[in-house]
Amino acid sequence: MTEVRLIEVKENILDDNDKVAADLRARLTASKTFLLNLMAGPGAGKTSTVIATATRLKDRIRIGVLEADIDSTVDAEKVLEAGIPAIQMKTGGFCHLDATMVEDGLRTLGGNYDLVILENVGNLVCPAEFDTGAHLNMMVISVPEGDDKPLKYPLMFSVCDIILVNKTDMQALTDFSLERFTSSVRRVNAKAAIFPVSCRTGEGLDVWAEALAEKVLEFQQKKS
Amino acid sequence: MHELPVMNRILAVAEKHARMNRIQRILKIDLEVGRLSDLEEKWMRRYFDQISKGSIAEGAFLSVEWKPVVLACSACGTTFEPELSADSPSACPECLNTGGTLVSGRGYVIKSMEGI
Repeated sequence: MTEVRLIEVKENILDDNDKVAADLRARLTASKTFLLNLMAGPGAGKTSTVIATATRLKDRIRIGVLEADIDSTVDAEKVLEAGIPAIQMKTGGFCHLDATMVEDGLRTLGGNYDLVILENVGNLVCPAEFDTGAHLNMMVISVPEGDDKPLKYPLMFSVCDIILVNKTDMQALTDFSLERFTSSVRRVNAKAAIFPVSCRTGEGLDVWAEALAEKVLEFQQKKS
Repeated sequence: MHELPVMNRILAVAEKHARMNRIQRILKIDLEVGRLSDLEEKWMRRYFDQISKGSIAEGAFLSVEWKPVVLACSACGTTFEPELSADSPSACPECLNTGGTLVSGRGYVIKSMEGI
Protein backbone atom coordinates (compact mmCIF):
# COMPACT_ATOMS: atom_id res chain seq x y z
CA MET A 1 0.00 0.00 0.00
CA THR A 2 1.26 3.48 -0.85
CA GLU A 3 1.74 5.83 2.05
CA VAL A 4 0.16 9.28 2.08
CA ARG A 5 2.88 11.92 2.27
CA LEU A 6 2.62 15.40 3.73
CA ILE A 7 4.49 18.03 1.75
CA GLU A 8 5.40 21.48 3.03
CA VAL A 9 4.65 24.07 0.35
CA LYS A 10 4.40 27.48 2.05
CA GLU A 11 3.94 29.35 -1.21
CA ASN A 12 1.81 32.49 -1.51
CA ILE A 13 0.11 32.43 -4.90
CA LEU A 14 0.47 36.20 -5.15
CA ASP A 15 4.28 35.82 -4.94
CA ASP A 16 4.80 35.33 -8.69
CA ASN A 17 2.91 38.48 -9.53
CA ASP A 18 4.60 40.38 -6.68
CA LYS A 19 7.98 39.44 -8.14
CA VAL A 20 7.10 40.55 -11.70
CA ALA A 21 5.69 43.77 -10.19
CA ALA A 22 8.84 44.46 -8.16
CA ASP A 23 11.06 43.91 -11.23
CA LEU A 24 8.88 46.20 -13.34
CA ARG A 25 8.91 48.89 -10.64
CA ALA A 26 12.72 48.71 -10.42
CA ARG A 27 13.09 49.08 -14.21
CA LEU A 28 10.66 52.01 -14.30
CA THR A 29 12.53 53.66 -11.42
CA ALA A 30 15.81 53.30 -13.34
CA SER A 31 14.25 54.92 -16.43
CA LYS A 32 12.65 57.62 -14.24
CA THR A 33 9.10 56.80 -15.30
CA PHE A 34 6.57 57.18 -12.49
CA LEU A 35 3.73 54.67 -12.70
CA LEU A 36 0.44 55.63 -11.05
CA ASN A 37 -2.21 52.94 -10.57
CA LEU A 38 -5.69 54.47 -10.54
CA MET A 39 -8.49 52.30 -9.19
CA ALA A 40 -12.21 52.89 -8.60
CA GLY A 41 -15.64 51.38 -9.01
CA PRO A 42 -17.48 51.89 -12.31
CA GLY A 43 -18.73 55.46 -12.73
CA ALA A 44 -16.67 57.10 -9.97
CA GLY A 45 -14.89 59.23 -12.56
CA LYS A 46 -11.63 57.44 -13.37
CA THR A 47 -11.40 58.60 -16.97
CA SER A 48 -12.53 62.14 -16.05
CA THR A 49 -9.82 62.20 -13.37
CA VAL A 50 -7.20 61.00 -15.85
CA ILE A 51 -8.15 63.72 -18.34
CA ALA A 52 -8.46 66.48 -15.70
CA THR A 53 -5.09 65.56 -14.21
CA ALA A 54 -3.22 65.11 -17.50
CA THR A 55 -4.51 68.34 -19.07
CA ARG A 56 -3.27 70.27 -16.02
CA LEU A 57 0.20 68.74 -16.14
CA LYS A 58 0.94 67.85 -19.77
CA ASP A 59 2.88 71.05 -20.55
CA ARG A 60 5.34 70.31 -17.75
CA ILE A 61 5.35 66.53 -17.54
CA ARG A 62 5.35 63.96 -20.35
CA ILE A 63 2.25 61.86 -19.64
CA GLY A 64 1.08 58.59 -21.16
CA VAL A 65 -2.07 56.67 -20.26
CA LEU A 66 -2.89 52.96 -20.13
CA GLU A 67 -6.63 52.33 -20.15
CA ALA A 68 -7.78 48.93 -19.01
CA ASP A 69 -11.25 47.64 -19.63
CA ILE A 70 -12.82 44.26 -19.89
CA ASP A 71 -13.86 44.79 -23.50
CA SER A 72 -14.21 48.30 -24.94
CA THR A 73 -12.14 51.19 -26.28
CA VAL A 74 -14.31 54.18 -25.30
CA ASP A 75 -12.02 55.31 -22.46
CA ALA A 76 -8.83 55.45 -24.55
CA GLU A 77 -10.70 57.34 -27.28
CA LYS A 78 -11.78 60.01 -24.77
CA VAL A 79 -8.23 60.41 -23.47
CA LEU A 80 -6.78 60.57 -27.01
CA GLU A 81 -9.36 63.23 -27.91
CA ALA A 82 -7.99 65.31 -25.02
CA GLY A 83 -4.58 65.16 -26.72
CA ILE A 84 -2.93 62.69 -24.36
CA PRO A 85 -1.13 59.58 -25.68
CA ALA A 86 -3.11 56.53 -24.63
CA ILE A 87 -3.64 52.91 -25.45
CA GLN A 88 -6.51 50.61 -24.60
CA MET A 89 -5.80 47.29 -22.95
CA LYS A 90 -8.60 44.75 -23.05
CA THR A 91 -8.44 42.29 -20.20
CA GLY A 92 -10.75 39.87 -22.00
CA GLY A 93 -13.04 39.20 -19.08
CA PHE A 94 -10.39 39.51 -16.36
CA CYS A 95 -11.60 41.61 -13.44
CA HIS A 96 -8.19 43.15 -12.69
CA LEU A 97 -4.75 43.86 -14.14
CA ASP A 98 -1.66 42.01 -13.08
CA ALA A 99 1.96 43.11 -13.49
CA THR A 100 2.53 41.06 -16.66
CA MET A 101 -0.42 42.73 -18.41
CA VAL A 102 0.90 46.15 -17.36
CA GLU A 103 4.34 45.27 -18.73
CA ASP A 104 2.77 44.37 -22.10
CA GLY A 105 0.72 47.59 -22.05
CA LEU A 106 3.79 49.73 -21.41
CA ARG A 107 5.58 48.04 -24.32
CA THR A 108 2.63 48.83 -26.62
CA LEU A 109 2.44 52.43 -25.39
CA GLY A 110 6.18 52.90 -26.10
CA GLY A 111 7.83 56.32 -25.89
CA ASN A 112 9.46 58.10 -22.97
CA TYR A 113 7.20 59.37 -20.26
CA ASP A 114 7.73 61.02 -16.88
CA LEU A 115 4.36 59.78 -15.70
CA VAL A 116 2.24 56.87 -16.87
CA ILE A 117 -1.27 56.72 -15.47
CA LEU A 118 -2.74 53.25 -15.41
CA GLU A 119 -6.53 53.27 -15.32
CA ASN A 120 -7.38 49.91 -13.78
CA VAL A 121 -10.59 47.93 -14.39
CA GLY A 122 -13.63 49.50 -12.69
CA ASN A 123 -13.95 47.31 -9.61
CA LEU A 124 -13.33 47.85 -5.88
CA VAL A 125 -12.47 44.25 -5.10
CA CYS A 126 -10.04 42.47 -7.40
CA PRO A 127 -7.57 45.21 -8.48
CA ALA A 128 -6.57 45.70 -4.83
CA GLU A 129 -5.11 42.20 -4.59
CA PHE A 130 -2.65 42.45 -7.44
CA ASP A 131 0.47 44.62 -7.38
CA THR A 132 0.73 46.27 -10.81
CA GLY A 133 4.30 47.49 -10.41
CA ALA A 134 3.07 51.04 -9.76
CA HIS A 135 4.98 53.49 -7.57
CA LEU A 136 1.76 54.88 -6.17
CA ASN A 137 -1.73 53.44 -5.75
CA MET A 138 -4.67 55.77 -5.79
CA MET A 139 -8.40 55.42 -5.93
CA VAL A 140 -11.31 57.62 -6.85
CA ILE A 141 -14.50 57.36 -4.85
CA SER A 142 -17.44 59.61 -5.65
CA VAL A 143 -19.81 61.32 -3.22
CA PRO A 144 -22.97 59.49 -4.47
CA GLU A 145 -21.33 56.11 -3.72
CA GLY A 146 -21.62 56.85 0.02
CA ASP A 147 -19.17 57.33 2.88
CA ASP A 148 -19.47 53.71 4.05
CA LYS A 149 -17.38 52.23 1.22
CA PRO A 150 -14.17 51.83 3.30
CA LEU A 151 -16.14 49.48 5.58
CA LYS A 152 -17.31 47.40 2.63
CA TYR A 153 -14.05 47.25 0.70
CA PRO A 154 -11.35 47.47 3.39
CA LEU A 155 -8.62 45.88 1.25
CA MET A 156 -8.96 48.49 -1.51
CA PHE A 157 -8.81 51.33 1.02
CA SER A 158 -5.87 49.77 2.83
CA VAL A 159 -3.62 49.60 -0.28
CA CYS A 160 -4.13 53.20 -1.47
CA ASP A 161 -1.64 56.03 -0.92
CA ILE A 162 -4.03 58.64 -2.29
CA ILE A 163 -7.82 58.86 -2.30
CA LEU A 164 -9.70 61.36 -4.46
CA VAL A 165 -13.27 62.04 -3.35
CA ASN A 166 -14.89 63.08 -6.64
CA LYS A 167 -18.25 64.76 -7.44
CA THR A 168 -18.13 67.11 -4.43
CA ASP A 169 -20.59 69.26 -6.44
CA MET A 170 -23.23 66.62 -5.64
CA GLN A 171 -22.68 66.89 -1.88
CA ALA A 172 -26.00 68.68 -1.23
CA LEU A 173 -27.92 65.81 -2.87
CA THR A 174 -26.49 63.12 -0.62
CA ASP A 175 -25.79 62.27 3.04
CA PHE A 176 -22.07 61.83 2.35
CA SER A 177 -19.94 63.08 5.22
CA LEU A 178 -16.25 63.65 4.50
CA GLU A 179 -15.54 63.42 8.22
CA ARG A 180 -17.26 60.04 8.54
CA PHE A 181 -15.55 58.85 5.35
CA THR A 182 -12.10 59.91 6.62
CA SER A 183 -12.56 58.18 9.95
CA SER A 184 -13.61 54.94 8.16
CA VAL A 185 -10.53 55.16 5.92
CA ARG A 186 -8.30 55.62 8.98
CA ARG A 187 -9.46 52.29 10.40
CA VAL A 188 -7.40 50.47 7.81
CA ASN A 189 -5.09 53.13 6.43
CA ALA A 190 -3.29 55.58 8.68
CA LYS A 191 -1.49 57.56 6.00
CA ALA A 192 -3.49 57.91 2.74
CA ALA A 193 -3.85 61.52 1.59
CA ILE A 194 -7.47 62.46 0.84
CA PHE A 195 -8.32 65.11 -1.81
CA PRO A 196 -11.93 66.28 -2.31
CA VAL A 197 -12.42 67.21 -5.99
CA SER A 198 -15.05 67.71 -8.65
CA CYS A 199 -14.15 66.81 -12.22
CA ARG A 200 -17.28 68.66 -13.36
CA THR A 201 -16.62 72.04 -11.69
CA GLY A 202 -12.84 71.70 -11.39
CA GLU A 203 -12.91 72.16 -7.62
CA GLY A 204 -9.80 70.86 -5.86
CA LEU A 205 -8.17 69.58 -9.05
CA ASP A 206 -5.35 72.15 -9.13
CA VAL A 207 -4.38 71.21 -5.58
CA TRP A 208 -4.40 67.52 -6.46
CA ALA A 209 -2.49 68.00 -9.75
CA GLU A 210 0.19 70.06 -7.96
CA ALA A 211 0.57 67.40 -5.28
CA LEU A 212 1.04 64.76 -7.99
CA ALA A 213 3.51 66.93 -9.94
CA GLU A 214 5.54 67.32 -6.75
CA LYS A 215 5.57 63.56 -6.20
CA VAL A 216 6.74 62.92 -9.78
CA LEU A 217 9.46 65.57 -9.47
CA GLU A 218 10.62 64.23 -6.13
CA PHE A 219 10.73 60.73 -7.63
CA GLN A 220 12.80 61.87 -10.60
CA GLN A 221 15.29 63.77 -8.46
CA LYS A 222 15.86 60.78 -6.21
CA LYS A 223 19.19 59.16 -6.98
CA SER A 224 18.50 55.65 -8.20
CA MET B 1 -15.02 37.66 -7.47
CA HIS B 2 -11.78 36.45 -9.03
CA GLU B 3 -12.01 32.89 -7.77
CA LEU B 4 -11.10 31.48 -11.18
CA PRO B 5 -7.63 33.07 -11.67
CA VAL B 6 -6.82 32.44 -8.00
CA MET B 7 -7.85 28.77 -8.17
CA ASN B 8 -5.91 28.36 -11.42
CA ARG B 9 -2.78 29.62 -9.63
CA ILE B 10 -3.42 27.35 -6.65
CA LEU B 11 -3.73 24.34 -8.93
CA ALA B 12 -0.55 25.30 -10.83
CA VAL B 13 1.47 25.74 -7.62
CA ALA B 14 0.13 22.44 -6.22
CA GLU B 15 1.02 20.60 -9.45
CA LYS B 16 4.52 22.11 -9.41
CA HIS B 17 5.17 20.91 -5.86
CA ALA B 18 3.70 17.50 -6.68
CA ARG B 19 6.20 17.13 -9.54
CA MET B 20 9.09 18.26 -7.34
CA ASN B 21 8.14 15.66 -4.72
CA ARG B 22 7.20 12.88 -7.15
CA ILE B 23 3.59 12.84 -5.99
CA GLN B 24 1.28 10.94 -8.38
CA ARG B 25 -2.00 12.05 -6.88
CA ILE B 26 -2.88 15.06 -4.70
CA LEU B 27 -5.41 14.18 -1.99
CA LYS B 28 -5.62 17.33 0.07
CA ILE B 29 -4.45 20.94 -0.16
CA ASP B 30 -4.15 23.10 2.98
CA LEU B 31 -4.75 26.77 2.22
CA GLU B 32 -4.42 29.86 4.37
CA VAL B 33 -6.56 32.75 3.11
CA GLY B 34 -6.56 36.27 4.53
CA ARG B 35 -9.90 37.51 5.87
CA LEU B 36 -9.65 40.61 3.65
CA SER B 37 -10.03 38.39 0.61
CA ASP B 38 -13.53 38.51 -0.86
CA LEU B 39 -13.37 34.95 -2.07
CA GLU B 40 -16.17 32.62 -1.02
CA GLU B 41 -15.17 29.19 0.15
CA LYS B 42 -18.11 27.58 -1.66
CA TRP B 43 -17.06 29.09 -4.98
CA MET B 44 -13.39 28.34 -4.42
CA ARG B 45 -14.32 24.66 -4.08
CA ARG B 46 -16.63 24.68 -7.10
CA TYR B 47 -14.05 26.31 -9.33
CA PHE B 48 -11.30 24.06 -8.02
CA ASP B 49 -13.37 20.91 -8.64
CA GLN B 50 -14.07 22.14 -12.16
CA ILE B 51 -10.53 23.11 -13.19
CA SER B 52 -8.85 20.13 -11.52
CA LYS B 53 -10.86 17.60 -13.54
CA GLY B 54 -8.47 15.32 -15.36
CA SER B 55 -5.45 16.60 -13.40
CA ILE B 56 -3.55 14.83 -10.62
CA ALA B 57 -5.51 16.98 -8.16
CA GLU B 58 -8.93 15.79 -9.30
CA GLY B 59 -11.07 15.09 -6.24
CA ALA B 60 -8.54 16.62 -3.84
CA PHE B 61 -9.99 18.11 -0.66
CA LEU B 62 -9.43 21.86 -0.18
CA SER B 63 -8.97 22.79 3.44
CA VAL B 64 -9.34 26.55 3.95
CA GLU B 65 -8.05 28.24 7.08
CA TRP B 66 -9.02 31.92 7.31
CA LYS B 67 -6.31 34.17 8.73
CA PRO B 68 -7.34 37.24 10.71
CA VAL B 69 -6.81 40.85 9.68
CA VAL B 70 -4.03 42.38 11.77
CA LEU B 71 -3.35 46.09 12.01
CA ALA B 72 -0.33 47.91 13.43
CA CYS B 73 -1.48 50.90 15.47
CA SER B 74 -0.39 54.15 13.79
CA ALA B 75 0.40 55.74 17.15
CA CYS B 76 2.26 53.09 19.19
CA GLY B 77 2.86 50.23 16.74
CA THR B 78 1.02 47.58 18.77
CA THR B 79 -0.54 44.93 16.52
CA PHE B 80 -4.18 44.05 17.01
CA GLU B 81 -7.17 42.45 15.26
CA PRO B 82 -9.77 45.11 14.40
CA GLU B 83 -13.51 44.56 14.14
CA LEU B 84 -13.99 45.83 10.57
CA SER B 85 -17.76 45.73 10.38
CA ALA B 86 -18.53 47.40 13.72
CA ASP B 87 -20.18 50.82 13.82
CA SER B 88 -17.23 52.48 15.50
CA PRO B 89 -13.60 51.71 14.63
CA SER B 90 -11.74 49.28 16.89
CA ALA B 91 -9.26 51.06 19.11
CA CYS B 92 -5.72 49.90 19.79
CA PRO B 93 -5.81 47.87 23.03
CA GLU B 94 -2.65 49.67 24.28
CA CYS B 95 -3.19 53.35 23.52
CA LEU B 96 -6.85 53.53 22.32
CA ASN B 97 -5.85 55.22 19.04
CA THR B 98 -8.16 54.15 16.17
CA GLY B 99 -5.96 54.19 13.04
CA GLY B 100 -3.68 51.51 11.74
CA THR B 101 -1.70 49.99 8.87
CA LEU B 102 -2.39 46.51 7.54
CA VAL B 103 0.13 43.87 8.66
CA SER B 104 -1.65 40.73 7.51
CA GLY B 105 -5.03 39.57 6.31
CA ARG B 106 -4.48 39.32 2.58
CA GLY B 107 -3.04 36.72 0.28
CA TYR B 108 -3.44 33.02 -0.39
CA VAL B 109 -0.82 30.65 0.92
CA ILE B 110 -0.63 26.96 0.10
CA LYS B 111 0.66 25.76 3.44
CA SER B 112 1.02 22.08 2.68
CA MET B 113 -0.56 19.23 0.79
CA GLU B 114 -1.03 15.49 1.08
CA GLY B 115 -0.56 13.04 -1.73
CA ILE B 116 0.58 9.61 -2.77
